[in-house]
Amino acid sequence: MREVAVLGVGQTRFGELWDRSFREIGIEAGLQALVDAKLSSADLGALFLGNMASGTLIDQEHIAPLIADYAGLAGRHLPAVRVEGGGASGALALHQGYLAVASGLYDYVVVGGAEKLTDVPDATATQITASTADHEWEVVFGATLPALWGLVARRHMHLHGTTREQLAQVSVHAHEMGSKNPNAHYRNRLTVEQVIGAPPIAEPLGVLDCAPFSDGAAAVVLGPLDTARRHTDTPVRIAASVVGCDTMALQHREEITSVGATVEAASQAFRRARRAATDVQVAEIHDAYSICPLIGLEDLGFVERGRAGPEFATGRFGSGGSPTINPSGGTKAQGRPFGAVGVAQVVELVRQLRGEAKERQVSGATLGLAHDLGGTGATSVVHLLERAN
Amino acid sequence: MSIARFWRETPRRYNLGGSKCTACGTVYFPPRPVCPHCTHHRQSIEKMVPFQLSGSGEVVSYTVVHEAAEGFEMQVPYVVALVKTDEGPVLTGQVVDVEPDGVAIGLRVRATFRKLREEGQAGVIHYGYKFAPVDDPDRAPRGPPMAEVRAAPAATDRASA
Repeated sequence: MREVAVLGVGQTRFGELWDRSFREIGIEAGLQALVDAKLSSADLGALFLGNMASGTLIDQEHIAPLIADYAGLAGRHLPAVRVEGGGASGALALHQGYLAVASGLYDYVVVGGAEKLTDVPDATATQITASTADHEWEVVFGATLPALWGLVARRHMHLHGTTREQLAQVSVHAHEMGSKNPNAHYRNRLTVEQVIGAPPIAEPLGVLDCAPFSDGAAAVVLGPLDTARRHTDTPVRIAASVVGCDTMALQHREEITSVGATVEAASQAFRRARRAATDVQVAEIHDAYSICPLIGLEDLGFVERGRAGPEFATGRFGSGGSPTINPSGGTKAQGRPFGAVGVAQVVELVRQLRGEAKERQVSGATLGLAHDLGGTGATSVVHLLERAN
Repeated sequence: MSIARFWRETPRRYNLGGSKCTACGTVYFPPRPVCPHCTHHRQSIEKMVPFQLSGSGEVVSYTVVHEAAEGFEMQVPYVVALVKTDEGPVLTGQVVDVEPDGVAIGLRVRATFRKLREEGQAGVIHYGYKFAPVDDPDRAPRGPPMAEVRAAPAATDRASA
């Protein structure tokens, strides 16, 4: 296995992109990444595309060759592969791209993530979101994805004394960060009172505890680390790429306030990279519902089990934090185009590690962590990215 | 959802039919072909036997749903809970016959056979378990007890309906 670097990144704006189609946004992100990597499409060996639900969202399956085609690559007959893992589809696609380059089979690959959510009504998007949980034993009985995370939130409050205000702080943090991100779906700031006073979705979670339905795409170009300096002055090495899985249904977990797949993936990732949680300066953590980053911080080892609520409320994960989490605004503020999220997290980390994040820059960041989750944690993906010396 | 897709699960959804690993004794719902608890899964192959849950248990966590799952729009706000049954498995289901304010972690409940949802005016009606509070352990919740439903050849009924 050889070392793999991120050579180029690209991303569209996230939000309600009513004037733009799935294929347009997918190609925009891919071409940006290719230009950023100073590569031409003739150099590419393969394309991996993270996407969760194009079949139900835009009535189109078989989308990887579609994107390759409109990117002008059809004549080269490149392998183009769609990767699906619920909300973790983008990170899972990145893992596949990483393996493809690390194995030596391909030198340069594009990993994209794209999702078009606003071509269906919100109620349909809610149902499609729920399809990442266990349809037969959760959804049929009235559960939605926010309902399942509502169960987790209530249990965390019961076991650890986490408060409604602490949950609200998570959304306040996301919007504070998102206000500095020109690509973000939402750039307004929020107050704790606004979050708590918003209409309920699945108690204790309200509408401002939930990430929005967004359109968007992101892409990265991967290549071997040993030739990375031909393409960029600041290569970013993928120090670890680990996927963990767990039971499909929440009801089958021994303890619902921890995602075992994340604990395992994070522990393997830190071991492989020979680093610890305390070495990370910047992290993009799954935050589709306000309880998610609190569970994530505990599972990833950034805080002691049960302490994420009060620790988060102190502001220790804000700008200049240890680490700073979700400088992009996370899915709550930057937006949640499912398949694009895991790739966009890495786009943000690469910009941070290169020192190109402008207003959002975490000073002196050299090690970043990305954490993406599908459903209630049946799939969890952890990437560690390090600025190469 | 097609009729067959729902009908084939009726032994579980109507009757709480689970399975038990005779190698380690762990009970599962819904039934599993292989036991995840046995260190070597091969130990459990062909040793999983049908096991009937009693339907009694307690609330582990709950949420009050305001943005409904498809087919549940007329029921909002409704309570969805995780219920840990006395035999071990945890089930996801609605808690009914009580106001949302009356639900709490630790509440004793019992499964009761109810209509879950219907697919529009002409579509399939889905039935299955919900949970109702048990104040007095000897008092059955409203609606037919799961045991009576169990006696009927439910799957055949659905097929001819």
